[in-house]
Parts: sequence; C-alpha cells; structure tokens
Amino acid sequence: MTRSTPDSTAAFDAATAAVEAALAAGARYADARVVLSRHELMTARDGRVEDLDRSETAGIGVRALVGSSWGFHGVPDLTPAGARAAGARAAATAAASSTVPGPAGDLVPVPPQVASWSNPVDVDPFEVPLSDKGDLLVAATQASRGAGADVAEGLLQAWDTSTWFVSSEGARIDQRVRKCGGGIWSTVVGEGETQRRSYPSHRGQYGTRGWELVTELDLLASAERIADEARALLAAPPCPAAQTDVVIGDEQLALQIHESVGHAIELDRILGWEAAYAGTSWLDLSKLGALRYGSELMNITIDPTIPGALGSFGFDDEGTPAAARDAVRDGTWVGVLAGRDSGAAAGLDYGGSVRADGWARLPMVRMTNVGLRPGPHTFDEIVAATDDGIYMETNRSWSIDDRRLNFQFGCEIGYEIKNGRLGRMLRNPTYTGIGPTFWGSMDMLSSEIVPWGTPNCGKGQPGQVGHTGHPAAPARFRGVRVGVRG
Amino acid sequence: MSAGTPTGAQARAELDLAGQVLELVRRHAGADAQAEVLVDRREYALTRFAVSYIHQNVADESTSVRLRVHRGGRTAGGSTTVVDAAGLEGLVTRTLEAARLLPPDPGWPGLAPPATASAAGSPDDATAGAGPSERAERVRAFVDAAGGLETAGYCRTSSTRAAFANTAGQSLTGAFTEAGMDGIARARGSAGTAPADGAARLASSRLADLDGSVLGARAAAKARAAVDPVEVPPGSYPVVLEPAAVADLLLMLAVYGFNGRAVNDGVSFAQVGQPQFDRRVSLVDDATAPGAIGLPFDLDGTPKRPLELVRDGVTTSVAHDRRTAAVAGTTSTGHGIGEASSGAVPTNLALVPAEGSGEVTEVDGPMADSAVADLVRGLERGLLVSDIWYTRVLDPRRLVMTGLTRNGVWLVENGELTRPVSTLRFTQSYPGALAPGLVTGIGGHAPHLPGDDWMTVDLQAPALSLAGWNVTGGASG
Repeated sequence: MTRSTPDSTAAFDAATAAVEAALAAGARYADARVVLSRHELMTARDGRVEDLDRSETAGIGVRALVGSSWGFHGVPDLTPAGARAAGARAAATAAASSTVPGPAGDLVPVPPQVASWSNPVDVDPFEVPLSDKGDLLVAATQASRGAGADVAEGLLQAWDTSTWFVSSEGARIDQRVRKCGGGIWSTVVGEGETQRRSYPSHRGQYGTRGWELVTELDLLASAERIADEARALLAAPPCPAAQTDVVIGDEQLALQIHESVGHAIELDRILGWEAAYAGTSWLDLSKLGALRYGSELMNITIDPTIPGALGSFGFDDEGTPAAARDAVRDGTWVGVLAGRDSGAAAGLDYGGSVRADGWARLPMVRMTNVGLRPGPHTFDEIVAATDDGIYMETNRSWSIDDRRLNFQFGCEIGYEIKNGRLGRMLRNPTYTGIGPTFWGSMDMLSSEIVPWGTPNCGKGQPGQVGHTGHPAAPARFRGVRVGVRG
Repeated sequence: MSAGTPTGAQARAELDLAGQVLELVRRHAGADAQAEVLVDRREYALTRFAVSYIHQNVADESTSVRLRVHRGGRTAGGSTTVVDAAGLEGLVTRTLEAARLLPPDPGWPGLAPPATASAAGSPDDATAGAGPSERAERVRAFVDAAGGLETAGYCRTSSTRAAFANTAGQSLTGAFTEAGMDGIARARGSAGTAPADGAARLASSRLADLDGSVLGARAAAKARAAVDPVEVPPGSYPVVLEPAAVADLLLMLAVYGFNGRAVNDGVSFAQVGQPQFDRRVSLVDDATAPGAIGLPFDLDGTPKRPLELVRDGVTTSVAHDRRTAAVAGTTSTGHGIGEASSGAVPTNLALVPAEGSGEVTEVDGPMADSAVADLVRGLERGLLVSDIWYTRVLDPRRLVMTGLTRNGVWLVENGELTRPVSTLRFTQSYPGALAPGLVTGIGGHAPHLPGDDWMTVDLQAPALSLAGWNVTGGASG
C-alpha cells in the first residue's frame, strides 16, 4: 500500500532504492523522482461556487537506460519494496525497447547536484481560507452578471509540488514549487453568435508565486468592464478581411511566442521524436546560429530563473540546474530547448529543459520561460506611429500546423487604428501568417514586458500538461492578413 | 494488485474501498451528509517509436479515489492517489472541511438514485495482461511494413476497473480495456521539400485486433503517394474526409454541440426536433454496445443510457449529467465527465455508416480502405483528406472551427486521385458542412479510432463525402 506524505528521508530512500534496483536489473543509468503534489481548483458561475476540487497525489517515477533504450515505470507505492519493484520494471521495459533499437546515445554531462530549492511566496495559496476564495469568485461573477453577462465564470487554481530526485550519477535534489493564479470570463449570447471577454487573459494569469499574485490581479475591479465589452462586441462591426498592420497585445503575443517559437525550438520535435503527434519543426539543426527567425527586434530567451514566472524552477527533472540561454538573438536562431539525451543526440553541450507532469509521467523536453526581451518602445508610441491598422488583444482561438509554420489566431476584441489613434471596436478579429515571415515583419516592440503564464500546455503520449511562462509586450507587425472567416 | 490483474474480477476491491470512504464520511459527518465516491484503478502502458526505433516506453499504475460531499447546502470535491488509512482519512476530512467553508450550492441536483447499469464494460484479460514485449512486437511489425520509410507512433494498452457508491444506495462496478495503435510513415520527396507523412490508426478493446503490419503498410502507401505536393487556392471544395478526419468532427460536435450545458447556456447549435443535418446523418452514443471502450456509468453514478442524438438528420436529444438535466427539466443521460463546469459529453459517439456496402478491404494506394475508395469514385472534382488536427473553435454558436490537414491530401478528378496537395488550413462550421443536402455520401465502415489521453473517448467514424469544405489557406500562408 502507499504511504501518505513522505518525509524527506523516506522520499530519498525510496528514490535511491528504485535507482539501485534499476541498476541491478541491467540499467547503465537510472534516475527516480518521488513526487508529492497538491492541486486545488475552484470555479464559480453567475454568483455561486460551482466546483471545488482538492486533489493529492504521491508516487515515484523511475527512468532506466539499458543499452540505447529507455524504460519508465511509475507507481504510487513509496515503500522500499514498491520502489525497488518500480526500478526493476523500468529496466525490464527498457530491455523490451531493444526489440526496435535505436542508435547508441549518451547524456550531456551534468555535474551531480546535491541541493535543495524552493520558490519564495509571500502568502501560501493553500493557507488562504476557502471562504475568502469563494467570496472573491462569487463577487466577481455576480458583478459581471449584473453588468450584462449571460454567463459569468471565474476560476482559481493553486499547486504545491515537492520532488525528491536521485540519479545513478550521484544527484540528490529536493525541490518545492508553489504556484497559483486565476481569471474571470464573461459570455454574452446574441443572434447566431456569442462573444466573450476575459480578464486578465483567456486562461487567466499564473506564476510561481503566492496568493499575492491573485491579490494583485484584482479580479473584481475588471468584472463589470469585461461584461460591458462582451455586450458591446455583439454590436461591433466585424474585423475586415484585409492585409494590414497589426498591433498585438502582450497576452496574445505570449501565446504567439508559445506556439510559433517555443514549440518550434523544442529539440525533441526538431529531431523527429514527436513527429507522429505534436509534430516536428520547420527548424533545421544545421542552420542553428545562422537562420533568420525574425527582425532584429526579436530577442527570445529560455530562462527558468525569472522570479515568479510560471516556468521557473531550481532544477529540471533531469537534475540540471536552471540557467538562462538565448534562443533568438537579434533575429537569429541560436538556441533550443533540450534535454540530456536529445542534446547529446544533436551534438550540443546543454540540456536543462526537461520536465514531467507528475510521478507517473516520463520527463520530456518542455518549455520553461520562453519570451521576449524588452523592446525600445511603449504601447502608446506604437499606436501613435500607426496610420492604418488593427489592434488585437486576448486570445480566443489558436491553431498552427505540425511544423509550427502556418498559424491562425483569433482574438476576443480588436480596435481600428487610424492616424495614430485607437478607433472603433471590432468583433471576431483574426490574423494568420507564416512564422518567420510574421516575426520578420515586427518593427516596433514595447518595453512593457509581462511574464504571462500558460498552465495548459499539452504534449507527449501519454499526454502531459506543462506550465510555461512567456514574457511578452505589445508589438507591431506589418502587412498581416486579417479577418479570415468561415 | 500487480499489472495484468484480470479485469473480470468486477472491481470488488475498488467497491470495498469506496465503501470505506463512505463509512469515514458517515463517521465524521453523520448520516445527513450526502456523499459519492468513485474509485478508479488503472494500469496504462505506451510504447512509443520515432525515427523508426522505440524511444519512449512507459507504464504506470494508480488507484485514485474521488469524493464529492454535499452537506448543509454546500458541495465540495477532492481526490487522492494515497489510499492507505491516513490518505483516505485526509481526503474525507479536508473535503468535509471545504464543504463547511464554501458558499451555498443552490444548483446541487442530489445524488444519483440506485439504478443498474445495463452492461459492466468490455474488458479483455489478454489486453489487461499485455507486457512491453507484445507492444514492441507490433511496433516492429509497423516499422518493417513501412519498407524502409522513417516511422513514428505508438502502441498502447490500458486496463481500468472502477466502482461507484453513494450514500443514497447507488453501487456500480465496471471495467474496460483499450488498445490503440497510431503511426506515421515519412517519405522524402524532392530536395528542399518537407517529408510527406501518411498515417494509420485503430483502437479496440482487444490488443489482438491490432495488426502493426497492416497499419504500417497503409501509412507507408499514403506517405509515398503524398510526396511533392501542389498547393491549391483557397475556396470551397467538395471533399472526402477519411475516418480519422471525421473523428475530429464527431468529438467537436460532442463537446461543444450535444453537451447539455452548452445547450442550456444557449451557446450550442443543437436544437432538439430540428432537421439540422443531412438526412444521411444519424449519430448515436452507446457505451453499452459490444466492444465499447469506457465505463458504463458516469461520474455522477448514473448508468450511461444509449443515446440517439441525430436520426436521419433531425437532432433528437443531447447529453446530460444530473446538474444540466436539472436545469433543463429532464433526466440525466449518464454523460457527466467530471466537474460541473465541463458539462455532459457523449464519449462513445458513432456516426452510423451506410448500409449495404459489402465487405471492407484494404486497397492499393493511399486510401484508407475500400469504403473510402467507394466515395472517392463518386467525386467528380475535389479533395481527399486523410486527417485534420489542431482544430479550435472560432464561433461556438455555429461551431466554426479552424484547423489544418495532416498526413496526406489529394486532388480528386473524375473519381481518381491525381495529385498530392500540400497542407491546407480550413475555417469551417462543422454542422454547416453536414447540413441538409450537403452530405453526398457516407462510408460503409466505421472503425474505432483511438482518442488522445485527455479524455477517454471511443469514436466510430466512417468516411464522409461532403459538398463543400472551406479552405482558407495553404502551406505558404
């Protein structure tokens, strides 16, 4: 049977036993993660709390490398016997992989770390009374409903995850990461269509922070505004079909980065390891360091060290210490999101971007915080410099092809820009393009960076949900196709 | 319990565990507390391959306990995978404490009353006991059948036993197994062009039904026929959608259209009694059918009722859980998928195939099978689409979706495939594409297709011939 909430010594003992068992069963490398996590989710609708779910899970996941083949086994059993059995089964699964063997591979060297890390929080999200959380969502959704929303919804979430990592190379790391966030939504139903406005973004805002993040969002203050805007959208003219200059708000640009840069620079995709599901990448490793990805304003970093950003950690799930790295420098592609095995397969000397969705899932290449460095402008300057264009904000839909080239995004709201001023509201704004062409057209970028958190990045088989961060600021793109409709 | 425990054991251990949790609730909260418990025991394994070798090979096992309590007019839920005495005690005490602190829940629909499920699921012991070698053998067969093309994909097996119990006396058990295989082959074309992919996939409650060599050969034939594609301009094209593409239509119709919550909110297209679809279209959801994949009851503990959603083009019903049914003034159909905010979704959805089409066989070339070939023969000029993906809602009310083609598109002229076509973006109302007069044919074979891991779904999709499909872009933008 499982044990509740392991203490640190017991957790390290279980992980060590699992690694030793995997080695005894023939593995040439093994690592194990004991993970204890709590998640709390509260939703509200039209002035009443609708769901509260508080979950807890604990278990161990063991990864074994036998020859050139990997195996993974996860169990909720943290007894020494259970951990050893998981280690042996991981090695046996790896041995079965040799039925269809791959090329001999190795791991990028990482000095074994013996360390402890946790992110600072001012207010532990799990210490905030549920009644306070419920009152906040009830008040915010009541306010939206009172202001004209046909459906007013709210969501708050919090995570508390402790991990104990042991590897056969001598790593021994414990890490605790607390996160939280939330948002509110107003939907209105018109003749033949619906409109929605969200705050602060289409998924809310999340970070590796305490409840102070939610307090700063001040959901209640925006509740009536989003209902008003949603109602106004029903009567607004549609976004015209045109080729025009587009100013993209920071939240939408964060998703643009996520989809058309973050996924494209995942090394497992570039190597073809995700070809059948998530897809590949248009990027060719032979062009790393030389390929033009965008304009010279485009500087993208991979940085899991940003305080408070959702993709931050002390060590990834291979035990590699967090470190910042450039992905795109002055418009040129210079870096990838890599793991120890994929990095070695590509002839690179770094990993550091491997994470798993809990103890039952295999660590894989994931985004950390992938985002823009600040530009030289402000949003007001960008609008003032635009004679004729459209401003769009807050994502409504997203779709991109399997090589991360051809994208189409819909936003909740748009505004005409005429002679340097924001004008009429536009409904159903969409824009579409090809990644490097689009990024090459970016000629103005704001310095007003916000580290947006994406709590729902899906990848892998079996599916894993990742938490990623995307620093982004408003920017202008020239000659973009807008107003695509079905 | 070890991996491969026979599923025919009827989830006795899971039902006992559910009973323990209910007893803890009674001990802490007294007899007036309403509570329901779902215990879900799952063993899952997936052997994944890429660049023609097994690169990820995983397995896990877990038991999760989900508790929902309603006490003093307030509702709270919780779950745990820590199922020793302390873990269960912690689940019960924190969930009761949460219910005490939350605002009232006036929409609580009450617990499911005692009712018998008409089936206990369709588990296959051989699938439940399958090990990594049996999955690897199917991968080997897929790779070999691709004849030297690069391949990628997976073979997976899972076994689930579950028990539901509540304080109103409802008590149910169920079990099912699932096996799925999904892979691509990649063919290189002219220098400077992207590889052309072809895909093949199949799901079943029995691993024995999956033949890696058949799927590998089909994927390879598609890939070879898809190299050096041409672009076609945007516009409305007659199309034949293969079963893999049709599965996406079914899933989106289920999640956004036939979901009782969306209907209650007025954001669904579905209008019961209206002829919203072509007369060729009939949609059913039946978790009790032989070979169905999934539990025979929902998370409220309501037995899943076979549901006719569309008959001969007329929308006849939508799916409900207890909450959405209460709002609509009807009864639950047994399709609750989790939290109230998710609504009710038909997860064993089948588009009824055409009758009288004869035996379905593999065919030479890139078409999935002879049922697809029959539809292509009837197409004067249009497109054959193997697969679509990354589909997202632009307008929920009309269910306007945007997405992309994948794994092969061909131009069809006079009933023959003439040229491969590059990746296309479409922006299309799904119910609009199926509207009266616009479905020109339905395939005679509806295979089970594997869903992804986010939600257990069992989709049976035949090929479809449609009068129009709105292409809004191509590979170059």
